[in-house]
Amino acid sequence: MPDSNIILSVKSLKVHFKVKDAKGWPWTPAKTLKAVDGVSFDLRAGETLGVVGESGCGKSTLARGVLNLIHPTEGEVVWLGQRMDSKDAVAWQHARKDMQMIFQDPLASLNPRMTIGQIIAEPLRVHYPELSMTQVMEKVRAVMKEVGLTEQQINRYPHEFSGGQCQRIGIARALILEPKLIICDEPVSALDVSIQAQIVNLLKDLQKRKGLALIFIAHDLAVVKHISDRILVMYLGKEMELAEKHALYDKPSHPYTRALLSAIPIPDPQLEKHKVIQLLQGDLPSPINPPSGCVFRTRCPQAASVCAEKLPDLKVVTEDTQSSCLFS
Amino acid sequence: MSTNQPLLQVNQLGVQFKTNDGLVYAVNGLNFELGRGETLGIVGESGSGKSQTVLAMMGLLAKNGTATGEVLYKGQNLLNMSTHEINKIRGDRVSMIFQDPMTSLNPYLTVERQMTEVLELHKNMTRKAAKMRAIELLEAVKIPEAARRISMYPHEFSGGMRQRVMIAMALLCEPEVLVADEPTTALDVTVQAQILALLRDLQRDFGTAIIMITHDLGVVAGICDKVMVMYGGRMMEYAKSDDLFYRPTHPYTIGLLGALPRLDSDAAELVSIPGNPPNMNNLPKGCPFSERCTHVMPHCASDLPPLVEIPGGEGRWRACHKAIADIQVNVAGEVQHA
Amino acid sequence: MTKKNAALVEVLQTSVEAQIAGRSLWKDARIRFFRNKAAVISLVVLTLVALACAFGPMVLPHSYEDTDWNAMGIGPSFHDWHLFGTDELGRDLLVRTLIGGRISLVIGLLATIASVSVGIVWGATAGFIGGKVDSVMMRVVDMLYAIPYLLIAILMVTIFGRNFSLVVLTISIFSWMDMARVVRGQTLSIKSKEFIEAARAIGVPTWRIIFQHVVPNLLGIVVIYTTVTVPGVILTESVLSFLGLGVQEPMTSWGVLIEDGTNVMAATPWMILFPGAALSITLYCANYIGDGLRDALDPKDR
Repeated sequence: MPDSNIILSVKSLKVHFKVKDAKGWPWTPAKTLKAVDGVSFDLRAGETLGVVGESGCGKSTLARGVLNLIHPTEGEVVWLGQRMDSKDAVAWQHARKDMQMIFQDPLASLNPRMTIGQIIAEPLRVHYPELSMTQVMEKVRAVMKEVGLTEQQINRYPHEFSGGQCQRIGIARALILEPKLIICDEPVSALDVSIQAQIVNLLKDLQKRKGLALIFIAHDLAVVKHISDRILVMYLGKEMELAEKHALYDKPSHPYTRALLSAIPIPDPQLEKHKVIQLLQGDLPSPINPPSGCVFRTRCPQAASVCAEKLPDLKVVTEDTQSSCLFS
Repeated sequence: MSTNQPLLQVNQLGVQFKTNDGLVYAVNGLNFELGRGETLGIVGESGSGKSQTVLAMMGLLAKNGTATGEVLYKGQNLLNMSTHEINKIRGDRVSMIFQDPMTSLNPYLTVERQMTEVLELHKNMTRKAAKMRAIELLEAVKIPEAARRISMYPHEFSGGMRQRVMIAMALLCEPEVLVADEPTTALDVTVQAQILALLRDLQRDFGTAIIMITHDLGVVAGICDKVMVMYGGRMMEYAKSDDLFYRPTHPYTIGLLGALPRLDSDAAELVSIPGNPPNMNNLPKGCPFSERCTHVMPHCASDLPPLVEIPGGEGRWRACHKAIADIQVNVAGEVQHA
Repeated sequence: MTKKNAALVEVLQTSVEAQIAGRSLWKDARIRFFRNKAAVISLVVLTLVALACAFGPMVLPHSYEDTDWNAMGIGPSFHDWHLFGTDELGRDLLVRTLIGGRISLVIGLLATIASVSVGIVWGATAGFIGGKVDSVMMRVVDMLYAIPYLLIAILMVTIFGRNFSLVVLTISIFSWMDMARVVRGQTLSIKSKEFIEAARAIGVPTWRIIFQHVVPNLLGIVVIYTTVTVPGVILTESVLSFLGLGVQEPMTSWGVLIEDGTNVMAATPWMILFPGAALSITLYCANYIGDGLRDALDPKDR
């Protein structure tokens, strides 16, 4: 049954990279790195989907694949009911008005030679070149105020700002077109705790006021829990679990989610010193040569011999939870 | 608490840097002590001076930096020592692990060579004995197939394994103090959990005292006995870890705890600390936190609050003009509604 | 004391105002550059040398090609204003050094402009397009590196004869590859920066990305490398002239003067001393300015 509220739906998206083997001959065929391997999800208007996973799980590549910054190898992105062809530049140019992105390194995502005003105004000048200078500046000032920057800062340069302020500038740039979706790629992981809270609160507040949908990518499950409605857990390019927030934190159904949750330190000495951590054994396997069957089986405490043979798909476990573990 | 001399005692430690914009006071008037087998956490955000504090203690400051005050290791002042003398202590009695293992591992030497070299230098061991010992330690930090992996180069290990190698190297001479500067910040949470569990076990087995520098209060909660909270180069609060988490007395500590998103709570909004991190070139004359403090009083920006021991606080210190009673109201409940 | 405080307050206030106006990286770099004493002194000296070369010959009483029959091969003296002395043909060495400087500096400037423009276009194109085009273009650069330029220079002089534009051309052909490599590397690194990705996510068209985001960030390194190229080019000119492949007599350049001087070094040492000193001072200054610019513009220093 189609849900009319769904603005974005991603269907078994795959992003594969060819990597040359440094030891091989020039004519040795390149190997395939499966950064994202068949990820599907829907996103409703005004909803926040958290994407978590450890480094190398493909969460950032997923964001870039959804935005067509990297052309997906396979799979579909359906945006506002329209199937987006990765080669159709015109359609994408049009769609970019409504889908924006915020980056991990706040300073690096701002051009050091442009003033704050120029940076924030750029999306407007690209998509609405007919606007006059005064109209643009008016909008820039309004959006700066919205993200907590002062008007006097408009002519200053990014390097004169702290990390938290730079992230506010990035958010202002993403907001100025009044998009329907903002993809946040680890927007707070480079920031100090006290600043992190400011940015998270700002994003939450903006979302509430503007009805934005967010895809919030992070490795910190506590932050993701705070901001998300539903959460997607990834491991080695595959979906492990997709669940409603409370279902995921209270009754995690995938063993990887359980391990991930137990590993997060809790700022409470008594709880933290006495909790039981499910330590994962070994290292992350190489995404060039992932394990057969379930990719998590090499480190999974529950792994059985079927796990090596059957490639598990995401299946509905409860109303709120989908998991790709054969045993859940 | 032991009655005899503490292992490490720091008195009025200060660090200054000469820069183009004049002298920058990175650390000011720090006092603390560390007993055998204890774990001290130093918590702070960027610009708090936490890393410079330990670099100064180890005599590893950048060229334009100078340290004042004294750092007594068993009564000897490390800051007055010659390079030769301090080298005997550094890496032997006191060793350090860093955020990025590659900064202290030589990429051109095998792990074996790097580990045996330390033992040959500090312990006069033969190469063969040193290798045996090195393998033992690699096994202690739970590196699988240590005997084979010892002949590999640092880049052949994964991030978590590299951190283990560095910990093993730091433990080679069975130091009495291990200084860990954000040892898990660059690691994934599951790997972080492994490394923290490892540090806890090693501390139990070797009785090493640890100074753990981190910005993550969760890490502190799990491993530290005592915690020092720093801001703008000064100590804000110093307390036993239970006291600090359950009964914080400084507005900054309270702010930090409130700003932390927690897995075990469903707070609708994080209590953020307003404003921006401190500008070390332009700190207020008074309390460095006064610009961002919700409890700020008129004289906070001009008068530096002295660091005082709280009466009956079991070695607890704080630097704030406001009385504890005026701050602590409600907060314990608010932070602790787990 | 209070006076000092008042001054400090004033400084603080002006700096606060300046911050609100925004300090661009260029302005920052300028401030840093002018803090570097060696670079500033070098800039002043080099400017003086250039001005002297440009206007000195007009002011001085002698011409660079006329023989003073009363003073042939004399040392430096105030008599008749032969401050640097004369050569064995009685030509005033001061004027000849200044005229030689004109040629050397102009060749340096022209060849630098030529090599820098070719280098930027070549390197930026290779960097932007990437892939196979990049490989082919950079292999061309590698091949040019492998050709011994002196051999080609000798060949060209034998075929076309000695003249000014030929020297400029020869030097330009063999000095743009460094710039091309540097620019390509920088372009590649800028291309992978997050703000370029941010621009693509916004939907900024490619040409706008190039002119708005890539080129302004290339300029710093181009400026630095230009200042490094100038002394290299001047030196190459001197080498060519020294080997007799440079400009034609009686026209002269520092390289030619030095070559003349070496032949009679024992008898009339001032003939090598003054042109040599002029060349060295110029090279030193250019290098110090380059160093200063690098320190001022290098993003790592920030």
